[in-house]
Formats: sequence, C-alpha cells, structure tokens
Amino acid sequence: MIGADAIVKCLEKEGVTTLFGYPGVAICPFFNSILNTKIESVLVRSEQNAAHAASGYARVTGKVGVCVATSGPGATNLITGIATAYADSIPLVCITGQVDSHLLGSDVFQEADITGAAESFVKYSYLVKHVSEIPRIMKEAFHIASTGRKGPVLIDVPIDIQNKTIRDFKYPESVNMRTYKPTVKGHAVQLKKVNTELARAKKPLILAGGGVILSGAVRELNDFSHRYQIPVVSTMMGIGAMASDDSLYYGMIGNNGKSYANLAMQESDLLIVIGARIADRAISSPDLVAKDTVLIHIDVDPAEIGKNVGPTIPIVGDIKNIFADLAKENVACDFSDWTSHLDAYRKQEKARRQPRSGFVDPTKFITELSLKMADNAVYVADVGQNQMWSCGYYVAKAGKFLTSGGMGTMGYSIPAAIGAKKADPKRQVVAVCGDGSFQMSMNELATMMQHDIPIKIIVFNNGYLGLVREYQHNTYKGNYSMVDLSGSPDLSLIAAAYGIPYQKLENNKGMGSIIDSFLKAKGPYMLECVLDPMDTVK
Amino acid sequence: MKRLYSILVENRSGVLAKVSGLFARRCFNIDSLAVGETDDPAVSCITIVSSGEKGTLEQIEKQLNKKIDVIKIKTFSAEESISRELMLVKVKYTKSNRREIMEICEILDAKIVDMSKNIMMIQICDTPEKTALLLQMLGNIAITEVARTGTLALQKCSLSD
Repeated sequence: MIGADAIVKCLEKEGVTTLFGYPGVAICPFFNSILNTKIESVLVRSEQNAAHAASGYARVTGKVGVCVATSGPGATNLITGIATAYADSIPLVCITGQVDSHLLGSDVFQEADITGAAESFVKYSYLVKHVSEIPRIMKEAFHIASTGRKGPVLIDVPIDIQNKTIRDFKYPESVNMRTYKPTVKGHAVQLKKVNTELARAKKPLILAGGGVILSGAVRELNDFSHRYQIPVVSTMMGIGAMASDDSLYYGMIGNNGKSYANLAMQESDLLIVIGARIADRAISSPDLVAKDTVLIHIDVDPAEIGKNVGPTIPIVGDIKNIFADLAKENVACDFSDWTSHLDAYRKQEKARRQPRSGFVDPTKFITELSLKMADNAVYVADVGQNQMWSCGYYVAKAGKFLTSGGMGTMGYSIPAAIGAKKADPKRQVVAVCGDGSFQMSMNELATMMQHDIPIKIIVFNNGYLGLVREYQHNTYKGNYSMVDLSGSPDLSLIAAAYGIPYQKLENNKGMGSIIDSFLKAKGPYMLECVLDPMDTVK
Repeated sequence: MKRLYSILVENRSGVLAKVSGLFARRCFNIDSLAVGETDDPAVSCITIVSSGEKGTLEQIEKQLNKKIDVIKIKTFSAEESISRELMLVKVKYTKSNRREIMEICEILDAKIVDMSKNIMMIQICDTPEKTALLLQMLGNIAITEVARTGTLALQKCSLSD
C-alpha cells in the first residue's frame, strides 16, 4: 500500500462516496488509487468549482464535502472556493497534490505554497511530510472540519509521499488533539439566565443565522419559537430555518431585508442571536443593537461573541444542545401583544419596487417558482441582484436555500447546485443566477452533462452586472463603468451546444405554465428570463 | 492599553507564521514578539506584547484560541508580570565621551561586552522601560547598531501560586 492508497482508504473509512476534483501530475497517484474504489470522482471544469460543488454537497448531506486538485495553479484556483466555504462555515476537506518534498521551496514547476496562501481561509491545514502521518492527519482533518464551528481543512500531499509505501495502515478510532476541544455544551448558569430574561421580557426576538442550519437545529428552533410564541427573523444564511408562511417568521433583516424585520430588531427588548455573526450587511451599525436591548448571543465559536456586538449574556456551545437544555425548563410568558404589533407592521409593508412592464418581474418569478417547487427542493441563489431578489422573495418550505453569504462569490450557484444534486439525486435542485454569474461558471454545464447530474438553471438576463450597475446609478450618478455585459453569448446556442433543453421567458405572460414545464422536465433544463436592464433591487 | 500574551504552541514548522499572520490579518498590533522552546521541546512559547482597545485585546485572545496549534494562552498586564528584554547596542566612541558612556552603563546596570578601537558593544537585560531608557541616554552618542529580543514575560509568582 502506498500513501495515495492510504488517503483513499481513509476517505472510505470516513464514508465518503463522492468527491469533486481536477487532476494534474502532482495528484496523479491519488487519482490512480481512487479507480480501485467505489468512491465516485466528479470531474469539474475548474478547480474553484470543485470546492463549490463540495460545498453544495456538504450543505445537503450535512457531511464533509471533499475536493481534490493538483499542485500550483490547481491549488491556487481552489482558494476562492475554500474562502467561500470558510466564510459560511461549510465543512470541507480539500486535498492538493504538491511537488516532490525534496524540491519544496525551490520554485520548481507547478509549486505553490498553498498551505501558506490559504492560511487565513482554512480552519486548519497540513503539509504531509511523512507517509506514516496520513491516517492520523486524515482522521483529524475530518474531525476538525465537521466539529465546533465547521469549516474547510486543507491537506497538501507531495507526490513522493503519495508514492511511498506505508506499512501497517491503521485508521485511528478516535482523535487525540490536546489543542482542539470545541465547547459544545452551553454553560448551565448562562442557560438559566436565558429563561430568566425570557420571563422578564415583553418584546423578545430571535435572530436566526446559518449556525442554526449547520448545527441541524432547525426543528429545535421552530419548537422553541412556537412553544413561547417568540417571533423570529433571520440573516441571509438563516433563510430556510423557518418556513415563510410561519406566522412567527418575520423575514430577513438587513439592508435588503424586510422593513418589519428591521423594525422588530430595533424595538425588541430581548434579542436572542443564534448562530449569526451580525456582520455589516445584516446590521449596518452593530453597536446600535445592544444599547438598551438585552442581547443573548449563542454561538459555537467563542470568538464570534462580542466581535461585532457586545452581548449581555454570551453562551458558547452547539445550538442543538443548547435548545435541548433550554427545553428542560418552562417559562410562563405571553408575547401576544408584541406579535400582533409586529403583524401590523407586516401588513403595512408595501412593495417598494415598481417594475416596468414588458419584462419578467424577477420578484414575481421567484415567488411563483419557489411556490411551485417541491417542498424539499434545493434553491441555490448566486450573487448579485438575483441574490437580493431571491432572499426577498424565495418562499421557504421544508427545502434548502443555499447561497454564498459571507464571501458573496459570483458563480457559486451552478457548481453548488451540481454538488447538491449529486448529494441527493432525487431532490429537485434549481440554480438561480444572473447573466454575469452564469458566465463565471457556465463551463460546469459540461460537468453536469458528463456525470448526468440534471440540475435546473434559471438565468436572469439583463445584460448588466446589475447590482454594481444599481450601485453606480445611486452612488456615481449613473456613470457606469465596467458593468455592460455586451458580447455575452446567445444562451439558446450555449444550451444547444451542451445539449440542454432551453426556453426563454420574455415577460410575465405565461410565467406559470413555463415554470411548470421547467420543473416537470426530467433532465436538466435552462430557462432564460429577460429582465429590464434598469430593474433594481429596491 | 498594553497587554502581554504568553502563548504556548505546538513546536511545528509554520506555527509562528500562523500566529503572526493572524495579527496582521485582523489588524492587531504587535509591539514586540519573542519566541523560543520551553522545557518541553515539543512546545514553544511565543510572547507577544500588544496594545489596543479592550474589545480588540479580548478578540486577540479568542482568535488565538481558535488556532489549532495553540495549546494555551496566558494573558496579563505589565503590572501582573515580570518582563525582561535583552538588548545589544553598538556605539562609536571617542576619547572624550568614553567616560560618559561607562557612567551611563554603570547607572543603568548595562555591561560593555565587546570593543574595538572606535566601537564598543553594550549589553542590557532589563525591563523594556530600562532598555528604552538606555537607548535614550545613548542618544547623543553615535549609535551604529541595535538588536533587541523583544519582551519576554511571565506572570508574577504570587499570581500563579
């Protein structure tokens, strides 16, 4: 058995069935070994998308996503995907080939210091120096990626190490790391304070972030909210934690969120932040929150607590555990005045957008699409105006809403949708992107055709990098720079070139039936929607 | 506000880069940094002096704790610790100021450890304030080179007893 075989064996031990990758000489021993297993390797068309696909896979399965690339440019291409996963705390194990260990540091062909370059985007990284370390490193990597605050772990393996013979392969049963023991159980004294504050509060509010979903605590959140009738708002990453039609859900907060969600934030006297970073896009001036509001911040990462806002009651631990502990006690409370107050705000919300007729109204489209989608469908939003519209008008049921929230990486949706579909082929998976983000990863259409991963793609075509155009319109008085996408290809021809069924929706007429046929089609499908080039988010 | 961090880390290659890189990326100050092996060769101790607002100083500790190579962090103020810095200074001397240099060294408990016809090397091992004072006192005299270790510090015995 050689090192490459050992890596593959470790992947099998971890229950990996699919990985996403791109070869090169430095990782060839690995891709040779993988042929002897049942693990399926999906060949992407650019390494960045291997990481995005692994991310989509991880978010649907709840398991660690695996991506593999070669040394040098293969590895550096991965970085954006790794950083995207890091920003959204998605568990990945990323394996890169590396030049011969004796040549490290001498700038030979396709050498890149990838552990150094990726340092600030990974939870941890390894450069394997001895073949005997492989089992321990692999075990640790999967453990680190999937516990505590989840995130990507990078393993860089020189080609000579992959080829070296390993004696006595034994996969460790457990991890023994003196420096890594994440706190998963909330402190009892702190948890008591939550119930005390709840009994005292008049206007409590839960802000649910992506951590709720990552911790697998969606049901627990819903139970907790319903038990005491506490209203819930969410961040972008928290979309899907509660169903849109839940009477206690008051939408996404932030610049592009619902006005009543933001009002609820301002007026609440007890804000329970769960698994959210409270970054600048969610709350424009985080210091404002804590002034006279009692703030409880629950997060598995102690460093998030107090980073952007100073909490009154910090609680470190895994959200699912914490909900379980909170459920042990019962608090007498009645927040019906508060919820009816918020309901009144919700009723007053007026549509701010006034779209011109003659084009597809993306907000109407997204509402219809998500209503018609299967209950457990996966909706992958890209980045740009399409993401803002998706956040605002996606109707959450029991499915998943995936997007690149923290990093805002354009081109995320198609590869992530491929990963999601691969993870659960029976589920409906729809990628929604703009003409800009589509062109950042349309090379992956080949991946989807080659491996028979039939995702559905919506392209909102407005001929512009719309969100930047909108920003330039507002900030630079309409002096547009670098946002005109003239020269884009005819999407019907692109679809035909890949053999993908295609349809075009020119305006709102016939929207419903076209969505129906789009969703009903067995294989992959591309639907282009023609948007008003001057359409805006607000 | 100044704060000292005594950081025990796994003695592996690249760990110092990870720790110092964290300070750079998150815009934390490093006033001084010293590193060396402990009694356990598998463990190194990095001593960092940083300054900033209270929230930043707390973040430094939390972010360091997230680094998987970090075993343990002790943090304390200057008053809670004994700190030392070693400094070597080369100065150009002449007949007329030689006496003055020797007097300064005597007063500040510094030693002349090497000399040639025109240059002498002074060694001081003392608190960071004292080493800074020596530099200041030698300021009128032509200093040609300075090397200092950065602050080393441990918590006072009475506080860790």
